[in-house]
Amino acid sequence: MSAKNSVMVFIEQNNSKVADVSLELVSEGKKLADKLGVALDAVAIGYNLEKEVEVLGHYGCNTVFYINDERLSHFTSVPYAKTIVEIIKKHEPQIVLFGATTTGRDVAPRVASELKCGLTADCTELQIGEYKLKSKVYKNTLLQIRPAFGGNIVATIVSPESMPSMATVREGVMKMAEPDTSKEVELVSEKCGLDDSDFMTEVIEVMIEEKNVDLKSANIIVSAGMGAATPEGLELVKKLANTLGGEVGASRPVVDSGIIDRDHQVGQTGLTVRPNLYIACGISGQIQHRAGMAEAKRIIAINNDPDAPIFNIAHYGIVGDVNDIINRMIKAYKARA
Amino acid sequence: MSLQIIVMVKQVPDTHNVSGDAMKPDGTVNRAVLPAIFNPEDLNALEEAIKIKETIGGKITAITMGPPNAVKILKECLYRGVDDVVLVSDRKFAGADTLATSYALKCAIEKVEKYDLVLCGRQAIDGDTAQVGPQIAEKLNINQLTCVSEIVEVNETDITIKRSIENGHEFLKSNMPVLLTVTNEANEPRTPSAKLAVAYKNISGKTSDESYDDEYLESGIDDPISYIKEWNVESINADPQLCGLSGSPTKVKKVQSVVLTASDVKQIQNTDEGIAELINELTEEHIIG
Repeated sequence: MSAKNSVMVFIEQNNSKVADVSLELVSEGKKLADKLGVALDAVAIGYNLEKEVEVLGHYGCNTVFYINDERLSHFTSVPYAKTIVEIIKKHEPQIVLFGATTTGRDVAPRVASELKCGLTADCTELQIGEYKLKSKVYKNTLLQIRPAFGGNIVATIVSPESMPSMATVREGVMKMAEPDTSKEVELVSEKCGLDDSDFMTEVIEVMIEEKNVDLKSANIIVSAGMGAATPEGLELVKKLANTLGGEVGASRPVVDSGIIDRDHQVGQTGLTVRPNLYIACGISGQIQHRAGMAEAKRIIAINNDPDAPIFNIAHYGIVGDVNDIINRMIKAYKARA
Repeated sequence: MSLQIIVMVKQVPDTHNVSGDAMKPDGTVNRAVLPAIFNPEDLNALEEAIKIKETIGGKITAITMGPPNAVKILKECLYRGVDDVVLVSDRKFAGADTLATSYALKCAIEKVEKYDLVLCGRQAIDGDTAQVGPQIAEKLNINQLTCVSEIVEVNETDITIKRSIENGHEFLKSNMPVLLTVTNEANEPRTPSAKLAVAYKNISGKTSDESYDDEYLESGIDDPISYIKEWNVESINADPQLCGLSGSPTKVKKVQSVVLTASDVKQIQNTDEGIAELINELTEEHIIG
């Protein structure tokens, strides 16, 4: 049975498979729902996804509202937004979570605008807590925590009177729960109420490009910041990664400078990674970057500035010339007992 | 019938170059010490607008919402070839979140007679939300195409674009009117034209068209404007309740400046011995193989 006041997750699909970010949000949403004592529901939109959404149950989803229509097989803004709005109006969740993907960041604002509700982008943490405004106390409200202002502050945002409160969260930020295959999700089919005129975007072609780097499953990541953004520095970073059997990461300024592909970007606007070892080479450690790597099991920071903020979250700090230190590490690794 | 293009621009504090004194002791941001700049991706949106005008013609109006000194970026728009500029400014807009902002901007856009294309930067560097563009589109009840990395084809009735997505890109087509959010992959924005910069150097804001300055007629530019339009809550027919703080469902509960907690970082000496010791320690702990 579905109930009002649930926590709801918008399910994204990649080639008809439920996206990782959606499973992460179901896992996180389940925790919020348990705290509130409500159900965790999902809304899935697409074509022939009945089998694919079964996995949601394994992560704690109670009910998935499913809209099946061939015209919805590929994401476009207006039809998806209108469909989600209808589901929210009908089932009245108190919280709705979206992945902060190109899909979620496209559709969530449009949904929030139509429902006139609060939406907080790119949250790095979600909590249930209290908010006081003058004499009013809002209990059990969603606390949405995110870096703001270029990462120089961390803000806690609330939408106390908004029904629902909506938030987007980037892939990799929330942890995926261990799946429990004995748990099943209830699938509730919902009618698609769209007119052909709602399909304002014609999808001409979708080109999928294979990524040549897999940071998310890498055990070791050697990352370059502006302090290693010289041709020589970048070569050494790659060499160290190769030597250790790891992947190459980079900070946003390095990616923005165009010397390395965006697939390598670690941080708030890139990927969030949790490797066993993260070696930050010439990375100052702005919060946007730290948001993407602070949970690495071990962090080695290499920087010529002893006051670089990266040293505050590192387990090992080496102050000195980046190239010099990397050379020493390669040498030491090859010579190790 | 020529294309009517509206470009939404924003003046933002340069958050990518924040120095230590930008944070006040109470953890809030001291905007006064940060340089105000043209939001980078809005320049990409502006560049696309100018390219369209150069290829198939059209009229470009740039709109910004902000304090009076935001006229600075409107002048930057004029220096690059924009035809008309509007400053939407009112104390009643203060404290607006993305919903209240998009409502005010929607009212301003509707005051511009007609529009075929609304171009925005993907996101502004002060909030990084990327929400205002899609919210304006919803409020105008028009289609949206976000994360546009290339305009492939445009004519007076429809537009085809390339959109960057996580694992590739899509080619999408929409009829007009439509709102686009443009990324920094789209182009390298041009620098101001010296001729236009001279012509518009002394232009200033006016709330009504009381006088016309002949100086601009002699500047050698076709149909130059003589002043920067200034609109407020009343002139864009906005409901004050839906603007600013009162129109914003999101509230800031708490703001902390990012003060790092000192952890027990182990200092490794930058010597052959120091680094060899580290590598051996990590090997023993099976962190590296």
